[in-house]
Amino acid sequence: MSQAHDQPAASAVSWWGVLGAVVARDLKLASRRRTDALLPLAFFIVAISLFPLGVGPEPRMLQDMGAGVVWVCALLAAMLSVTSLFALDLSDGSLEQMLLAPHNAVALALAKCLGHWLLTGLPLIVAAPLVGLSFGLSGPALLALVGGLLLGTPILSLLGALGAALTLGLRSSGMLVILIVLPLATPALIFGAGAVATVQSGQSAAGHFSLLGALLIVTALGAPAAIAAALRISTE
Amino acid sequence: MRASALAVQRGDRVLIRGLDLALMPGTVTWLRGSNGRGKTSLLRVLAGLSSATQGSVEVLGRSARDAGPSLRSQFVFVAHQNGLKDDLTALESLQFLARLHGLPADAASLTQALQGMGIGQRRHALVRTLSQGQRRRVALARLLLAKTVPLWLLDEPFDALDTQGVDALNTVIGDHAAAGGCVLLTSHQALSLRSPVPLLLDLQAPAAA
Repeated sequence: MSQAHDQPAASAVSWWGVLGAVVARDLKLASRRRTDALLPLAFFIVAISLFPLGVGPEPRMLQDMGAGVVWVCALLAAMLSVTSLFALDLSDGSLEQMLLAPHNAVALALAKCLGHWLLTGLPLIVAAPLVGLSFGLSGPALLALVGGLLLGTPILSLLGALGAALTLGLRSSGMLVILIVLPLATPALIFGAGAVATVQSGQSAAGHFSLLGALLIVTALGAPAAIAAALRISTE
Repeated sequence: MRASALAVQRGDRVLIRGLDLALMPGTVTWLRGSNGRGKTSLLRVLAGLSSATQGSVEVLGRSARDAGPSLRSQFVFVAHQNGLKDDLTALESLQFLARLHGLPADAASLTQALQGMGIGQRRHALVRTLSQGQRRRVALARLLLAKTVPLWLLDEPFDALDTQGVDALNTVIGDHAAAGGCVLLTSHQALSLRSPVPLLLDLQAPAAA
């Protein structure tokens, strides 16, 4: 092994290098499959527009329930799109190769969450003010809605990825993900929708945002390690 | 790499029991056994993807369990599945894998590696449009980037390859062994590799279920 032993086998891969490579790959894949990538956003907009049709066009009621509807639909859009997050990589063997790479799988988990957020969370945040307008939300309320989603959608991506990793390779994993993640995501839903309601009643939503921020920090610290462990178990 | 008293289980079935294995530099080992004998399971255990029911795996004198990520830079595992994405081109797929594994990922090395496996012409074609054999060549082109990685674990590398592909791979494997590398591979077909002469590891005998 003389020659092979003297030099390092492969140059060290930095944590950021892995993160960048995986995120760039996922974005490139999404750009090659634009219709698939746009589905969560389309679901979000269509589902939200059903509510005014269903409950009637009374402005007062729509204003009251607007934020809640947007949040619930964002949650469902995130859950629907997260089931395929690892499934495709598992079926073509690239997940195995990613786990075999000489770095910690936590970087991989974080990269997949970041990719998911950029592809579903971010478009939802951009679309939220528009759909919020259709519920007659005022300027400050829209601002609170967007602020809440900025803090909240990464939580949904992280929790969704955890659910997807835990149910990887199981049949009917889509339903299971939703059942596992929805209870975990309720705090984000409550504080996110609550922030808008507080602003609408003329108070400051700072408390709600602080709690959302704290939730995001806790999830961001805990979820990637749990996802990495779940992926290892699922591929065994 | 050395494995001692290894037992591998898949579900309830014990596939391999009490297997001792030592892979020395400069050798090619042919892991043989009929379908369902645990060839792939053994490779996955050696690669650290699955855990052994019993026994231990050591690489360069260190326990595989303790070494963690740094150990994974000591081997390349080309699995039965190619690990390529349908919607990326051959070059992009290989580049992603190379970057992830800390192998040279510049366009020149990648192109050279693909040419080495005789697939350089189609490097900008989407993986989706490639045939099984061509995909296999792209996956195996990673070996040409991984010449400095001591241990290669190859699961059915000759699968779907035509005669030129087999010859190209034989050359790559032979060169690696000659440079002091070490290869463990599985194959259903008899190996046409002449130098070095492959050592045979038959799973038929010890695998009494």
